[in-house]
Amino acid sequence: MARIYAFARKPPASVDTPGLREPLSLDETSKVQRFEMFFAAHLDAAYNFARWLTRDERNAEDVAQEAFLRAFRFLDSFEGEDGRAWLLGIVRNTYYTWLKRNQISARSVPFDEASFDAGVYGDAGDDGSSVERRLQEKDAKRVVDAALERLPEEFREVIVLRELEGLSYKEIAAIAAIPLGTVMSRLARARKLLLHSLQRASQES
Amino acid sequence: MDCNDVRGRLHGYLDQELERSSASELERHLDSCDACRSEVARFSALRKAVGTHATYHRAPAGLAQRIRARVAGSAAAPQTPRRRQWWPTGSLIAARPQWLQLGAAIAATALVTWTAALHFAGPAGDELTAERVIAGHARSVVTGHLADVASSDQHSVKPWLSGRLDFSLPVVDLTGSGFPLVGGRLDYLDERTVAALVYRHREHMINLFVWPLRDDSTTAPVRSLARRGYNVVHWTEGGMAFWAVSDLNATEMRAFVSAYSAAK
Repeated sequence: MARIYAFARKPPASVDTPGLREPLSLDETSKVQRFEMFFAAHLDAAYNFARWLTRDERNAEDVAQEAFLRAFRFLDSFEGEDGRAWLLGIVRNTYYTWLKRNQISARSVPFDEASFDAGVYGDAGDDGSSVERRLQEKDAKRVVDAALERLPEEFREVIVLRELEGLSYKEIAAIAAIPLGTVMSRLARARKLLLHSLQRASQES
Repeated sequence: MDCNDVRGRLHGYLDQELERSSASELERHLDSCDACRSEVARFSALRKAVGTHATYHRAPAGLAQRIRARVAGSAAAPQTPRRRQWWPTGSLIAARPQWLQLGAAIAATALVTWTAALHFAGPAGDELTAERVIAGHARSVVTGHLADVASSDQHSVKPWLSGRLDFSLPVVDLTGSGFPLVGGRLDYLDERTVAALVYRHREHMINLFVWPLRDDSTTAPVRSLARRGYNVVHWTEGGMAFWAVSDLNATEMRAFVSAYSAAK
């Protein structure tokens, strides 16, 4: 049997690397465990948000992975209670960094406000039944997804956060980095755009 | 409240974000205004359609594993290049200067020919192995994959491992010393399949990696290494390499190694 020496003695901190920090005082393993709980709870939300922002599976994976790495790095600075909103904010920032790096034009569909407004309000008297009619068809999923994908991203993101994640205005304001009052107006605009898009789809079919 | 006021707050109303008083006021208007009621119906239908039909993209299979692997990698990756952190104990301490110089030369070579360093029995090789041991530990904790055979019964863990490895190792439960056996698993380290015994001390996990030495004539005294909050203890005995790793402090790790060595 090997002898167990008194091996706990530490060398002077400055043996060969003066001024180097000691091993992190933070317990890395417990951080990893903390992260794991957090991670398991919000993985789907992070991916879903990334997927709707990037509109692409592979890019969404890249963004989600990068976002979780950032989240892990900054986990100690997170003190709030709303882990999901915090994480989704990171996903969003990661997405914009990724966008810049890849030089992709975020807004692939120009948004023509004038013609859009005319379209929606030209439909006075429609109580939503045309949308419902259209959506009873079996490809409703495809139609709604396509309409949502076509939305300019500042509208797409608030819809995803509100309708798919069920987040409050306060949470959405924090994630999208917009004033609380802007959340409602942006949602209003986003829904009008969506309605317009779905009505056009139903007319075309 | 007129129609313009209502249109301005309609989405807050639909999202139940209006003050109660404001919502009541809006509802009173809706009672008497067909146009606004129709507007509410349109957007309610839209919300329902989006909520029902828009795809909630669940994370694809494998993404969780990929993220965990990357996070474990980043947790275990060196923050600053640090070499020669091993400190020999006992009589070896006097030999440190030469040891360090040798280590520096070896480490430099190791950076160039990583593979060659794996076969090097010297400190630089141990450095690399220590990194992998830490990464293996972090990976097991992050992924929650601690044990293939989860049992505190040494008599079920040992045969399970022996049946899957080309070597046999001492498996002992150390509950009496405060280190209950959690289980065992196979891992891959240092280019071979190794045994990992998992012990627990309070909420902390200890991985004890064991594999046969390539050259079983070499013996190494017990050495320890502290890095990024992990403590690694390495020794060789009976032709086997033992690597214990945990976030326990050095004193607790010493207690663990003593308990393990004494019990087997």
